[in-house]
Amino acid sequence: MSTAALERLAGLLPPERLLRRPVELAAYESDGLTAFRTRPLAVALPETEDEVVTLVRHCLEWKMPFVARGSGTSLSGGSLPIAGGVVIALNRLNRILKLDPRQRIAVVQPGVVNTQVTQAARPFGLHYAPDPSSQSICTIGGNVAFNSGGAHCLKYGMTSNHVLGIKAVLATGEVVSWGGQSRESTGPDWCGLFTGNEGLFGIALEITLQLLPLAECFHTVLAGYRTLEEAGDAVSAVIASGLLPGAIEIMDALALAAAQAAVHADYPEGCEAVLIVELEGPREVVAFERGKLDAILEASHPIEMRPARDAEERLAIWKGRKSAFSAVGRLSPDFIVQDGVVPRRRLGEALRRIAEMSRETGIRVANVFHAGDGNLHPLILFDGRESGALHRAEELAGRILKMCVAMGGSITGEHGIGVEKREFLGEMFTSDEIDCMQRLRSAHDPFGIANPGKMFPGKEAPALSHVGLHPLEKAGLISRE
Amino acid sequence: MMTPATLSELREAVLSAPRVLAVGAETKPRLSAVVGAEKICTRHLRGILEYEAAEFTFTALAGTPLSEVVSTLAEHGQYLPFDPMLVDAGSTLGGMVASGLSGPGRFRFGGVRDFILGVRFVDGRGRLMRLGGKVVKNAAGFDVPKFLVGSLGRFGAIGEVTFKVFPAPESQLTLKIPATEDTIATVGNSRWAPDAVDVLPGGEWLLVRLAGPGSALEGLAEEILNQFPGEIIGNTIWEDLREFRWATGSGLLVKTAITPDRVLEFPAAHVSCGGNVAYSPALPLTGLTLRGDTPLWIGGRNRFALEAAVKHALDPEGRFPTLDD
Ligand SMILES: Cc1cc2nc3c(=O)[nH]c(=O)nc-3n(C[C@H](O)[C@H](O)[C@H](O)COP(=O)(O)OP(=O)(O)OC[C@H]3O[C@@H](n4cnc5c(N)ncnc54)[C@H](O)[C@@H]3O)c2cc1C
Repeated sequence: MSTAALERLAGLLPPERLLRRPVELAAYESDGLTAFRTRPLAVALPETEDEVVTLVRHCLEWKMPFVARGSGTSLSGGSLPIAGGVVIALNRLNRILKLDPRQRIAVVQPGVVNTQVTQAARPFGLHYAPDPSSQSICTIGGNVAFNSGGAHCLKYGMTSNHVLGIKAVLATGEVVSWGGQSRESTGPDWCGLFTGNEGLFGIALEITLQLLPLAECFHTVLAGYRTLEEAGDAVSAVIASGLLPGAIEIMDALALAAAQAAVHADYPEGCEAVLIVELEGPREVVAFERGKLDAILEASHPIEMRPARDAEERLAIWKGRKSAFSAVGRLSPDFIVQDGVVPRRRLGEALRRIAEMSRETGIRVANVFHAGDGNLHPLILFDGRESGALHRAEELAGRILKMCVAMGGSITGEHGIGVEKREFLGEMFTSDEIDCMQRLRSAHDPFGIANPGKMFPGKEAPALSHVGLHPLEKAGLISRE
Repeated sequence: MMTPATLSELREAVLSAPRVLAVGAETKPRLSAVVGAEKICTRHLRGILEYEAAEFTFTALAGTPLSEVVSTLAEHGQYLPFDPMLVDAGSTLGGMVASGLSGPGRFRFGGVRDFILGVRFVDGRGRLMRLGGKVVKNAAGFDVPKFLVGSLGRFGAIGEVTFKVFPAPESQLTLKIPATEDTIATVGNSRWAPDAVDVLPGGEWLLVRLAGPGSALEGLAEEILNQFPGEIIGNTIWEDLREFRWATGSGLLVKTAITPDRVLEFPAAHVSCGGNVAYSPALPLTGLTLRGDTPLWIGGRNRFALEAAVKHALDPEGRFPTLDD
């Protein structure tokens, strides 16, 4: 990257908001996938939407790669910097611009943290439904880029299902604005296409989110089982009953031990798996459905069933579940989390095969997962200081992903492809399909400057070779060197 | 008109003429009223290919009539919660996706875009591709299935779709209360968790649909009727709304995305989804014409250079019409 480009960049922001010294850059070298590190050329800390637009247009002019960054909690290397590129950190664009309780919407800047939306909405009896375990740190911009999920996806869907409008600056420098405050729209679903783009299209500047009324009443049950398989069977029984729980989660023995150690979560003695099922709705509805749920669970031979008796007990159940990731992290110096999806009916089989692979390779694997939607989260534990350990862990992770695809599922339910799963995109999609996605990417980013090297396998394909001129180029609005 | 019966025939049909457009049953005729495009009728691309009730998913060919989908799901106690429209009129699954038309149930759990999981479609270069997935949760690759919702067949011919479904509620109960902007907001944001909140054409009455276990609904209904004057009415009114049976007069039907504070501007319309969409039989200031001779886009629409770039990516030779044709 030419020094001229960097010097010009330095002219765009006050010096304290353009980090260039190695000590300052160190904090940005990695994201939640700590096995990978890259030092960027610089980190820009814009405070306004206009500054973000200016930065992106600068990158366009100089063909300088950029990586948008929220809180850097991506588990797939999505926010890993590009050598010779700039990181555009959006944490200072952290204002909730509007919260309209009647229309039940919030308009937020991308650096707003997920839980802040719910906190702001709560006084009005509302909440923002997507609740990734990282919700107290991760940003709405990151959630939009990754179409993040959470424990309540089965009933309420992912981030995309709650995004009504997006204003963004594309890697072409164009500022677009789609959707708005209505829950309906006409024409193609541009917001739907943008959500989940993994930072490859541009940078979201303002996001309009739908808020939902807080459920009046919850019924949360924790049930302990002797085996994972029994817990899995209980899930099938719940699903077959016609109930639509807000959440169905499972933790295995290793994850339980970790949560016990970390947050003193208390689980029934002697269980190898814990199932959490949560019903929610108006109290009359929950009162009826809880009888049905309790009967199903009792018939599934748990060691013990613990319905939460009050809000505090409910929170304790969720605290154990949501801390499980970081808790498992404490069991081992390093870990990789996969988030492949299998058809729900094959969950038991998938878990059995993961256990076999774990035994075979001698690598410990903990499982905490969204059982309701078949979204596995095997945490593969290793010690990065041991030679070859990372490689062996990655190999095991790869086998698990291939198994998910072979079972008719997906390589990722919510964490995205990032750098981590690039080589597996071809397991799910044909070369025509990958080419189609690359053409879509080029439409948003003809020069491949937005988060290059992510999502697509191998080296970044020369984006323009088979696409021809971008319409903005034809119109003379942008050009290449 | 070409009538492919397999996905490879759909591919051939797309490549057989310089300008083509896939249509279903043409229940929204204005959307496909394009001069000079050979129509590809999906009527023979019909059938549910996979349905795993325990997975909450099904996959079907694009020409499958919605009526077939709705009744098959009902046999297994499941449904598409957004209440597909124009079911009796013969709408197809592909037509529903391409027109992006959801019904009143969109209010509670979301619309077509929120339940589509995957799609197989033919792009303008005749490539048959599958994007999205077949499981209820999937974040791999760009969300092209969502993009095709509302795309009006202008970016590709849809051959097959995969949808998420939900268990159907045990029962439904419909209330009719006077419509005011206030009632819409109060009911929509209440503890009652209604699954539809619609204003009837005429603007006087608000329909509130509760869904769930029958024993619970009666108590909820009573509480609502204590707060607002009104009555419990039969559920069949939703079928009339679904089929636009009220809109036979003018021959015009326009969809406009609105916000609840604008409901009063659409007195003649069926305002659905808690005040978020209006179906007007009279010319509104903005909207998409579903039926009638008015321009496709009334009052224009947002345009960005990106649209042409994406069109070029999926259909470089302009085999499908554009959103403006
Ligand atoms: C302990 C832990 C638990 C987690 N639990 C979950 C979970 O339950 N469910 C789940 O889905 N994920 C989970 N994650 C993953 C992660 O938190 C999510 O992917 C989250 O959305 C990332 O947000 P972020 O702000 O940290 O984004 P970053 O990591 O900073 O960035 C993520 C991606 O978004 C892009 N990006 C960021 N901001 C923007 C913007 N404004 N415009 C365009 N692109 C942008 C980046 O370039 C990058 O590609 C977890 C992570 C951790 C560490």
